[in-house]
Amino acid sequence: MAKKKRRSMLYIPGNNPAMIQQSGVYGCDAVLLDLEDAVALNQKDAARILVRNMLETVNFYGTEVCVRVNNIHTPFGLADLEEIVPLQPDNIRVPKTESVEDVKEVMKEVRRIEKEHGIENPTMTLHVMIETAKGVANVYEIAGCEERIDAITIGGQDLTADMGIVKTPDGVGIDYARKRIVMAGKANNLDVIDTVFADVNDEEGLKEETEYIKKIGFAGKALINPRQVDAVHEVFNPTENEVRKAYRVYSEFIKNKKAGIGVFAIDGKMVDAPVVQRAITVLEYANVDLKEIEENAG
Amino acid sequence: MTPKLKAQAGTFESSDIMILIEPVEAGAGRQVDISSTVMLQFEEDITSTIEKVLNDMDIQDVHLIAKDKGALTPTIKARVETAVKRSLGIQEGTM
Repeated sequence: MAKKKRRSMLYIPGNNPAMIQQSGVYGCDAVLLDLEDAVALNQKDAARILVRNMLETVNFYGTEVCVRVNNIHTPFGLADLEEIVPLQPDNIRVPKTESVEDVKEVMKEVRRIEKEHGIENPTMTLHVMIETAKGVANVYEIAGCEERIDAITIGGQDLTADMGIVKTPDGVGIDYARKRIVMAGKANNLDVIDTVFADVNDEEGLKEETEYIKKIGFAGKALINPRQVDAVHEVFNPTENEVRKAYRVYSEFIKNKKAGIGVFAIDGKMVDAPVVQRAITVLEYANVDLKEIEENAG
Repeated sequence: MTPKLKAQAGTFESSDIMILIEPVEAGAGRQVDISSTVMLQFEEDITSTIEKVLNDMDIQDVHLIAKDKGALTPTIKARVETAVKRSLGIQEGTM
């Protein structure tokens, strides 16, 4: 099965019905219905009930749906889980995860709620957010501690606040954290999603930052405005030349495989397993049907 | 159950609905006052949605005022549930 694309994960305020009901048509790969920072403290109850009702009814047109709940150590976290877990959105995003114990505490409640609602084969996965220095320090253990974690994310705003520094456009203050989180994610075969780009009017800055985070291994980026979706997709989508090259690599790989040859050359350059894997990734991002290539590679 | 406190939920934004709840004496029954930007087309739907939530929550005596700006059914249900829970004092929020 093709890997799920998470180039763009768009935050939608959980107490805004207009945005939630439209979120499936914004063109992003995933919507993040937010019960945490985007909701005022005296509206947490309203947002929780609204998101629950919307999840039951609204058509998101195949967009992945993630709900960011409040941290379980706040007065709202457990109540969020009680309302949201029974509906099994694609995933929940758990903010300010700092330790393996934090994950275990959340999953204990998730499993209890699923059991109480008779959910025998749960499909909902967990996205852990690393937003503190302690979380960054423990990220390797966190990433590998629970089989239902399928993505890990960095929260740049909270992390810089926790570090007592200012988030600058060059991102230098969080660069170590970004790379450490990417490596922890890759080591556990998880998608790693970058933090938001706060200036919605700076499209060039957004593209530059997205180019950088793509280079260091992120699978996508959290967004705060639908206007940011196209710019991020433009960076993550492969170019026509990249797709043509990947098509050729995969096609030759299938032909050689049938002939019992593992390593071969194209235009004098060696093609081995990592090159093939990269080609597959490019083809998947371009929505090319691998089976069709396999059938045609006579 | 009988609402004990004045409560509200929702906003006056487009696609939302503001629900205000005023407690009444036991046995006074329900009074539901609706105004909506889509009154002509959807008054019946809005009324039945509000009545269903009140039935499900077993609220018999209440004065409910709804100011609708084109909210979808799930939004109406959510705002009524929130306002009722706030008025019952089982959930904190605005007012």
